[in-house]
Amino acid sequence: MKKVFIPLVLFFCLVIFLAIGLNRDPREIPSPLIGKPAPAFSLVTLESDKTFSPEQMLGKVWMFNVWATWCVACREEHPVLVAFAEKHQIPIVGLSYKEIQPQDPAAKQSDAIKLQVARERSAVWLQRHGNPYTTSVMDLDGRVGIQYGVYGVPETYVIDQQGVIRFKHVGAVTPQLLAEKILPLVQSLGKS
Amino acid sequence: MKYLCIFWISFCLSLALAREAVPLTEDPVVESRLVHISQELRCLVCQNESLSSSRAELADDLRREVRDLIRANKSDQEIKDFLVSRYGDFVLYRPEVKPLTWVLWFGPFVVLLIAGIFLLAYLRQRRALVQPQGLSDAERARVEQLLKD
Repeated sequence: MKKVFIPLVLFFCLVIFLAIGLNRDPREIPSPLIGKPAPAFSLVTLESDKTFSPEQMLGKVWMFNVWATWCVACREEHPVLVAFAEKHQIPIVGLSYKEIQPQDPAAKQSDAIKLQVARERSAVWLQRHGNPYTTSVMDLDGRVGIQYGVYGVPETYVIDQQGVIRFKHVGAVTPQLLAEKILPLVQSLGKS
Repeated sequence: MKYLCIFWISFCLSLALAREAVPLTEDPVVESRLVHISQELRCLVCQNESLSSSRAELADDLRREVRDLIRANKSDQEIKDFLVSRYGDFVLYRPEVKPLTWVLWFGPFVVLLIAGIFLLAYLRQRRALVQPQGLSDAERARVEQLLKD
């Protein structure tokens, strides 16, 4: 009589494994950058030709958010970030990632014109949707994105006082994620 | 003869022209190494494609990055290490053999081994069940009776 149940038990094992496996997001890849120093870079900002590099944020816990005006999920995420920035004194640095896409008519222009177009477009977009960023840096060719292992915009990082990446999220940030994961993490990092 | 000559000259010219044609890539050596390396790398946007075959934009950027690293005389291993340090083992189609990937590499063989053990045990059990018991005297008599008829 016991033997009858063996296939049943095996079947349920299979169901459990499939249920876990199929409900996981295949796009979510564990980042090897967690616990590693944030890669250094130096890029001009959206606001001026002054460059920004992560070293300037040493001593602060800050968030690094990858965005672009062409990114649909960013539009969904943006109000959440704006509300968060209004409520909390946590610096959020934006990385304007590849604002000029290859299929964009402006892509054939010179780098200076591309930067200008990207700046104008981003500024208008931020004016319309609100600006949660203390500053945004212009990563036109996406090289800094590669340094940070960006593969889907938006992405959000939490970086501590020592410049170590503590958290990474791929995809739109939700109020729940901010309240349950990011905010407690930032607060506990701020105390240490 | 004259026409043949003209034909021959124009043919040679066309060959020369063919050689003048714009090459598809700037440096064939770099490009062949790029193809070689990127076949081993996974595109992160369309995860079932290799970096060499993917047309995703990120794949373009990553190929550019790999090209630059090749030009900087980095070894294949250094290039792969760079991408792993940014995107994790996931970018490799053949991840390194290390404790974290043991299940991935050896899991199937372990499952096969377990299945083999179960199969052997099962077969042994069956053999014990179907062992010929021989005919009883009564049956033997009946068989002889039937054969005679």
